[in-house]
Amino acid sequence: MVEPAVDLAHGHAHDDHADHGPQGWLKYLWSTDHKVIAMQYMFTGMFMALVGGFMAYVFRMQLAFPGIDVPGFGAVSPGEYNALVTNHGTIMIFWVAMPVLLAAFGNYLIPLMVGADDMVFPKINRLSFQVFFVSTIVILASLFVEGGGFAGAWTAYPPLSAVAEYNLTRLGSTLWVIGVGLEFVAFLLGGINFITTLMNSRAPGMRAFDVPLVVWMIVVASILFMLSVGPLLAGAIMLIFDQTIGTGFFNPAAGGDPILWQHLFWFFGHPEVYVVLLPAMGVVIEIIATFSRKKVFGYRIVIFTVVATGVLSFFVWAHHQFIAGIDPRMANIFTITTLLISVPIAELCFVYIATLYGGSIRLTTPMLWALAFVAEFLIGGVTGIFLGAAGADIYFHDTYFVLAHFHYTFFPIAIIGTFAAFTYWFPKMFGKMMDERLGKWHFWLTIIPFNVIFIPLFVLGMGGQHRRIYNYNLHEDLNSEMFQDMRILATGALLVMLAAQFIFFYNCWKSGRSGPKAPKNPWKANTLEWTTESPPPHGNWHPLRMPVVYRGPYEYSVPDREDDYWPQNEPDGGPLKVIDGDS
Amino acid sequence: MKPIATTRAATGTETGKLAVWWVLASEVVIFGGLLASYVMFRLGHPEWADAAAVTNTHIGAFNTWVLLTSSLTAVLAHQAAERGDGKKAAKYLYFTIGGAAVFIGVKTYEWWYEISHGYTITSNGFWAFYYTAAGLHAFHVIAGAIIMAFVARDAARGLELHRVELIGIYWHFVDIVWIFLFPLLYIAK
Repeated sequence: MVEPAVDLAHGHAHDDHADHGPQGWLKYLWSTDHKVIAMQYMFTGMFMALVGGFMAYVFRMQLAFPGIDVPGFGAVSPGEYNALVTNHGTIMIFWVAMPVLLAAFGNYLIPLMVGADDMVFPKINRLSFQVFFVSTIVILASLFVEGGGFAGAWTAYPPLSAVAEYNLTRLGSTLWVIGVGLEFVAFLLGGINFITTLMNSRAPGMRAFDVPLVVWMIVVASILFMLSVGPLLAGAIMLIFDQTIGTGFFNPAAGGDPILWQHLFWFFGHPEVYVVLLPAMGVVIEIIATFSRKKVFGYRIVIFTVVATGVLSFFVWAHHQFIAGIDPRMANIFTITTLLISVPIAELCFVYIATLYGGSIRLTTPMLWALAFVAEFLIGGVTGIFLGAAGADIYFHDTYFVLAHFHYTFFPIAIIGTFAAFTYWFPKMFGKMMDERLGKWHFWLTIIPFNVIFIPLFVLGMGGQHRRIYNYNLHEDLNSEMFQDMRILATGALLVMLAAQFIFFYNCWKSGRSGPKAPKNPWKANTLEWTTESPPPHGNWHPLRMPVVYRGPYEYSVPDREDDYWPQNEPDGGPLKVIDGDS
Repeated sequence: MKPIATTRAATGTETGKLAVWWVLASEVVIFGGLLASYVMFRLGHPEWADAAAVTNTHIGAFNTWVLLTSSLTAVLAHQAAERGDGKKAAKYLYFTIGGAAVFIGVKTYEWWYEISHGYTITSNGFWAFYYTAAGLHAFHVIAGAIIMAFVARDAARGLELHRVELIGIYWHFVDIVWIFLFPLLYIAK
C-alpha cells in the first residue's frame, strides 16, 4: 500500500495515551480524543433520556388516571404537570436527540469515516462537551429551584415566558433560557469542528463524493444549525433581559411584540427538525446499504437532495404560526414551501427503497431499526401534510394530532435512529458483538408499543383534544369514556415501552461483559472505520498506516470480485474472482 | 504531539482560517437576527426617532474612526507577520488593542452620560435595542482584544504567526458589525 508522504513526516509512534495529559480516570474526563468525547456525549444523552422518559411516565399517568399518586413521584399538581411537559420536550430535543445523534455519533464517526486520527480542533471539541455538561447541570438544577422548573412549554412563547407574574417560575424560567443558550454554544463549537474536519482532514485520495453519506448529512446538519440558531440566540438574550431587568422586547404593554419571539424561535425551530433528522437519515442509509449488500441508489442525488432540503428548511418556519395572527397571504406562501419540502424527503425514502430493491437483505437488529425508521417516519411525514396546509392546520393546531405527528417524526429520529446507530456501531465502539436475540426482543417491544401510544393520540387529536391540559375529565366535551380508554391505552403502552428499555440496558451490559469479541469488520462494510481495530486505539490507526482512499463507500456486490464488498482503502486489482477453477 | 488531522488541508485552505470563517458565519446570523428585529420594530414605531435623536452622532462617528483605524493596524500586523516579523506584528496588534480600549472608554462615557440622564435599557424599545445591540458588540470587542493579547504575546516570540491573520479577520468582522450599528442607532434620527 502506498503511504502518504504527509504521514511519514510523523513517523514516531503514538504511545497509547502515554503522552496525553492526566492519567487514570481523569484521562477520560479531560481527554481530547474524539471517541472519548463521543462517549461522554452519548452517556450524558442517555442519562437525560431516562430523565425525559421518567417525565413522560409521570404526566401520562396523570392523564390516564387523573389525581392518583404516581408511583415514584406522588400526586401531580397543575404547575408540576406544566413543568413536566415543558422540560420533557426541552430535554428530549436539546439534551437527547442532539447530543446523541449529532454530537456523539458525529464525534465518533467523522474522524473514523474520513480516515483522520482526531478532530482538527481536539481542545475545542473538549470545550464543547464541557459547555454542554454545564448546560446539563443548569437545566437539571432549574427543576429544583423555588417555584419549580419552567412551565411555559418548550417553545417558551412570551409573554408567559417573559413575565414572572404570569409563569410563576422566576428562577426556573431564567435558568431554562440560560441552559438552552449554553447548549447552543456547545453545539456551535462542535459544529465548527465537524465542518472543518470534513473539509480539511479527509484521508489522501478521498474526494468530496467518496465521503460516506452519514458524514455528509451530519455536516450539512451542523451547517443548518449554525445558520439558524443565531437569531434565536439573539432572541434568548432579549428574553433574559425581559425576564431579569424588565425590558419590553416581547411585552406588548411596553411596546414589544410577542410574535417576534415566535419568528425567532421557529426560524431556528424548523431547520432544527432537519438538524436531527439528517444524521438519523444518514445512519439509516449506511445500514441499509450494508445489509442489503447493494450500492446506494443515487449517491450524488442524495447529497444534492439533502442540500436542497437544508436550503428549503429556512423558508417554512411560519407554518407553526398559522393561527398566531399572521397575514393570511403569508400563510399561503408558507403552505406552499411546507408542502414542497416533503418532496426531497419523500425522494430520500424512495432512494432507500430503491437501495433495498433486489438486494440480499439480512434482517439483523440494526437493519430492523433502519427499516422501522423508514416506515414510521413515513407516517410522521404524511400526517405533516395535514398540518402544513393552513386550512387544515387551523383545526388541528395545538391538538394531540400535532403532538402525535411530532412524535412520529422525532421518535423515529431520536430513538429508532439512535438504536439503529448504536446497535450497528456497538461492535466498533466496545469491541463486542451484541446479542441478536435480546436485540430483536427489544426492537419489537419498543416498536409495537410506540405505535399503540401514538395512534390513539391521533384519534384524540382529531376528536378535538387540546394539548397542555392537566386533567381532561374537567372538560365536559373531552370527558367521554372512549376518550379516557384511549388515554389509558396510550399510557399502558408507554409503560410497556419503558420497561422494554431494560432489555436494551441488560443487553449492553451482558454483551459488553461476555459477548463474543468483535472482529475488525463484523458486517463486511466498506467504510474506513471498519479497517481499524474494534475498539479503535488512540489515534485510530497506526500513524504510519493511516488509510488511503481509492473509491466511494458503497461498492457492494461488484461483479467479478470474489468478495461482495470492496473497502474504500483497498487498492484496485484486489482479490479478483477466479472464474474457472475451484476457488 | 499534534494529531495528523490538524496537519492536513484537503481544501488547500488552512484549517484555522476555515474555522474563523465558520465562526463569523454563525456570528452574522446572531447579529443579523437582532438587527433585523430592530429594523422591523423601528419601521413600526416612528416615535422611536425621538429617542434616537438623543444619541450623540459625533461621538459615534469618532468611535467609528477609532475602530476603522484599529482595523488598519490589524492589517499592518498581518503584513508584518507575512514577512515573518513577529515583533512588528505584535507592536501593531498592541496598537489595535489600544484602539479597542479607546473605543470601550468612549462607549463607557457615552453610556454613563445617557444613563445618568435617565435613558436606561428599560426606558423604551429603542433604548432596549440600543443597549442590547451595542452591548453585544462591545462584548465582542472586549473578547477580541483579549484573544489578540494572547496572539500578540506569541507573535512577539515569533510563534504561531499565522494566528495574526486569523484574529485580524475576526477584528474586521467586529468592525463591520459596527458599520451597521452606527447608522442604525445613531444616524437614523
